[in-house]
Amino acid sequence: MRVPLRWLHDYTRPALSTRELATRLAMTGTEVERIHRHGVAALEHFVVGRVLTAERHPDADRLSVCSVAVGEGDTATIVCGAPNVAAGQTVAVARPGAVMPDGTVLGRAKLRGVASEGMILAEDEVGIGTAHDGIMVLDDLLPGGDGLVPGTPLSDVLPLETDVLELEITPNRPDCLGLYGVAREVHAATGAALAAPPWADDPGAAGLGHAPPGVEVGVESRDICPRFTARVFEDVAIGDSPPWLKARLMAAGQRPINNVVDITNYAMLLTGHPLHAFDLDRVAGGRLHVRRARAGETLTTLDDVVRELDPDMVVIEDGDGPTSLAGVMGGERSEVAPDTTRVLLEVAVWDGPNINRTSTRLNLRSEASSRFEKGLSPESCIEAQAVATRLMLELTGARLADGTVDAGGPGPAPAVIRLRDARVEGLLGMAVPRERSRATLPALGFGVADAADGLDVTVPHFRRNDVTREADLVEEVARLGALEDLPATIQANRTGRAGGLTAAQRLRRRAEDVLVGLGLHEVVGWSFTEPGVLDRLLLPAGDPMRDVVVLSNPLSEAQSILRPTLLASLLDVAARNRARGAGDLALFECGTVYRNGSGPLADEHTALAALVAGAALPASWRAPEPPRADFFAAKGVLDAVLRALRCAWRAEPAQRPFLHPGRAASVLVGEDPVGFLGELHPRVAAAWDFDEPVAVFAVDLDRVLPPLAEGVQTYRDLTSFPSLRQDIAVVVADDVPAQRVVDVVRAAGAPVLAGAEVFDVYRGAQLGAGRVSLALHLEFRAADRTLTDEDVAPARARVVAALRDQVGGELRG
Amino acid sequence: MSTLDRIDALRSEAESAIAAATTTASLEELRVRFLGRKAELPNLLRTVAELPPQERGRVGKAANQARQGLERLITERGAELEAAELQERLAADRVDVTLPGAPARPVGRHHLLTQTRREIEDVFAGLGFSVVEGPEVELVYYNFDALNHAPAHPARSTSDTFYVGGMEDVVLRTHTSPMQVRTMELRPPPIAIIVPGRVFRPDSDATHTPQFHQVEGLAVDVDITLADLKGTLLAFARAIFGEQREVRLRPHFFPFTEPSVEVDVTCFQCAGTGALAGGERCNLCKGTGWLEILGSGMVDPNVFGYVREHGYDPERVQGYAFGMGIERIAMLKHNVPDLRLFYDNDLRFLEQFG
Repeated sequence: MRVPLRWLHDYTRPALSTRELATRLAMTGTEVERIHRHGVAALEHFVVGRVLTAERHPDADRLSVCSVAVGEGDTATIVCGAPNVAAGQTVAVARPGAVMPDGTVLGRAKLRGVASEGMILAEDEVGIGTAHDGIMVLDDLLPGGDGLVPGTPLSDVLPLETDVLELEITPNRPDCLGLYGVAREVHAATGAALAAPPWADDPGAAGLGHAPPGVEVGVESRDICPRFTARVFEDVAIGDSPPWLKARLMAAGQRPINNVVDITNYAMLLTGHPLHAFDLDRVAGGRLHVRRARAGETLTTLDDVVRELDPDMVVIEDGDGPTSLAGVMGGERSEVAPDTTRVLLEVAVWDGPNINRTSTRLNLRSEASSRFEKGLSPESCIEAQAVATRLMLELTGARLADGTVDAGGPGPAPAVIRLRDARVEGLLGMAVPRERSRATLPALGFGVADAADGLDVTVPHFRRNDVTREADLVEEVARLGALEDLPATIQANRTGRAGGLTAAQRLRRRAEDVLVGLGLHEVVGWSFTEPGVLDRLLLPAGDPMRDVVVLSNPLSEAQSILRPTLLASLLDVAARNRARGAGDLALFECGTVYRNGSGPLADEHTALAALVAGAALPASWRAPEPPRADFFAAKGVLDAVLRALRCAWRAEPAQRPFLHPGRAASVLVGEDPVGFLGELHPRVAAAWDFDEPVAVFAVDLDRVLPPLAEGVQTYRDLTSFPSLRQDIAVVVADDVPAQRVVDVVRAAGAPVLAGAEVFDVYRGAQLGAGRVSLALHLEFRAADRTLTDEDVAPARARVVAALRDQVGGELRG
Repeated sequence: MSTLDRIDALRSEAESAIAAATTTASLEELRVRFLGRKAELPNLLRTVAELPPQERGRVGKAANQARQGLERLITERGAELEAAELQERLAADRVDVTLPGAPARPVGRHHLLTQTRREIEDVFAGLGFSVVEGPEVELVYYNFDALNHAPAHPARSTSDTFYVGGMEDVVLRTHTSPMQVRTMELRPPPIAIIVPGRVFRPDSDATHTPQFHQVEGLAVDVDITLADLKGTLLAFARAIFGEQREVRLRPHFFPFTEPSVEVDVTCFQCAGTGALAGGERCNLCKGTGWLEILGSGMVDPNVFGYVREHGYDPERVQGYAFGMGIERIAMLKHNVPDLRLFYDNDLRFLEQFG
């Protein structure tokens, strides 16, 4: 909402600078987005002039060399390109030093060899109109214009400049989409006097209560159209609006069109309520009817687009069918035209949600629809009629036909809400003196009456939708003054909880901390990704990861689905950093991944994923060529994280379309598969421009963490008696997984065998092809004594036998 | 020369030689020379028996004392020389201490958004708030309806909200506020929660990314006031931006709070003066002395109306809610100029924080 201050000053004029006023508004709840300056600056260089002579330029047919009296006997030579310039005209002159609306400073210039000392102005050049087909001839434009004395400051006779506040009006305050509503707010916020509203004196007041002759209006959809009013103007002369009106519209951001359209816009900007002018001679049968559209019905709107309507939408039809899309846009057929002489001025109020649906479905937003969808009051229909009627009579030469169509009438009786002193204090934590509220609320248009425990407050019609409860009134008294004095206290905690993170949330932090400690950088990727990523991951049709969440209204194809795996975002980040010269990468992300769920919501979980590529350790002067990251680098990282969380896990060979088929594993916790681990399939790596191994893992933290969160470590005595350590080396066939060997050893050695871990792997000619030697550390432990080699001999024998029987293992050396 | 004199002479000769020894090897030579099997002093002791009885005691005692004294001296001197020689060997075994350390991988870093989220979580945890999280794909009911958004509220439009799967009732949550009603459905009052999480809006320019992160706060009891909101957020602002900060509440409008306020904190760069030390306008707060950090207000009674049967009678309970942008807090605190840097994830950016 653009509020030109000179216009605002018609109704209230606080003794504050523009900036101070903006601050005061911001501190009372009206956000000021910007302060503009509309129009020209350096006003002393703008004067009234009289064209003394106008001769054709010697070297240019379209230019005139004018001698212009500019006051105090001075004459300026001005070269002018306007076709309508002529000797004897009273004109608007900008002299060198003038600052034009776009900020340029006017200088002396030579035009085709003739020095020009300024400019004779057209209206668009000073922001009081859009016409550029000729200069402003003040004799015609201003009453008494021909009597103006050259040298008179131009700003005395034309509105050349104004500050404009650009306000952000919150959706609950459509009343402030009208300039008078803003004036009321300024009045309440600053204490500056408020003039009577511009509709106080309605020239059509005598015609209220009966309809004008020759017009028939029917409203079928009363639920959508609580009030429909219309007035009829005869003998209308369409023409330009006067400069003051055009200048105000321009400053408020509206283009002047013609006097009738300008009046509807002006009245809307002033009252907040949209109006629509019909050419009554183009309303077939002089009859308007409000009804729901029929399926498939079409209407050509003012913007020359044929719209297909549906039965939720509401049209105004005449004898020939729909002529206007109610509350959104008028129709082309009944538009006011230069030859219009009879105008029907419609001011109605429409159901906000209905208008919102209509403009959303048609993708058609207008000044009218954006106001109606916020919910306007029936009472303001007549206010807008009153403002427009006065201007129609004054500016178009029209005659008001006696009567006002009024289907629906005013809205419900105003609500009276008790504002209890105790409630104000209870909600704010600070008492607001009743005397203060008794002054604040009337300034905003509320009625107040004393009650035993507070005030009985009557809500004005223009706040009917916004203020319906006591809490709404508390806001009003709070925002106008009380907030500044509010103390700062902190509530008692009676929740019975200490607050803080859940155990699972703490574990997630721990996992992240371990990864950071291991040298990985955390990234935060996009939830959005492109469908093509599913192909780059080589996911076959029907793969569960293809069941992605699809956005209905994505910003672009590249952001049209939600990532089904963190790999998508992690690889994007990795590739981008690689392209920028980062050779060795160790990254992780902890975030949400999404797939379609069984219900309306998605199946979401928090995943933890990491990626390593390039050198597994930084190269250094001691080890210039560290090992390259591979499957085991990623596995080591995953193992460190899960061990830190005290999560027992194992890897089992498993296939994933996007992983190297020989270097891929499923991550199992118990028997629950919670993720994957592996090197990327080289084709997948290549799709992100990697030509070397990229190792990754991803686990579902929502499956991993909750069971761990319940665990409490209980003490075991591991110090009173030392454990006994032995090593064992066993040769098995190459295709026996190491994990299988370890499992066999552990099972056979229990309970005295407390641990078994592979510490060496050897393949060599002396073992024979297809054979591998695994060396294991064994740890034996008893709770009640120090074990000897003889003590553990039976367990060791069981281990050896089990290896022989279950995995064909032979003890080595 | 009497035997006693000879003992004295031997003793002083040996003492001088031991003191003069410079290596453990030469000291060993001295030990052999003065105390070895063929040395004179031990042999003197062996010949004590041949002396006249009245001399034996004195000579024997003197020779023994001399031998013990010399042994002690040699041991002491040996220890000195060994220490010196070790020191010398170590000094020769020097490394260039200015070379880089052995290549343990340097630690990584938390993303600045994680660092900031944790800071915020920890502040409110200290104030007694529990941390809860919720779904990012959300029902319109929780995202808008139960938060008192009018059916025609512009935030519901497809230009302001991502809709999902062609459905009219499922969106990517546009704020973390849906967890207000979700949590109240599960926990009776009093409650105090914060909700960190990712949210989405279809905007993309220098100051908007289509995803960003918020922390929602909600405290409900029978007597929680707007002043409590101010005090809580003052504590928050001081914990994050420094002990000298003040906050102010500016009235605003949000559908789910009434009264609604935006909260500003005094600018930490110019200490709220709007001007820098050199007199030029503070670029952080644009000369106003205040930084907007979040939106908040007293929970609208209509919101409680949606959870009335869970113990939230609007006539009986009241409380406040707030929502802040994690990116905004991080940008303000760490002087990050462009929101998009957070999602670009350039390592040269990431390494600077966390």
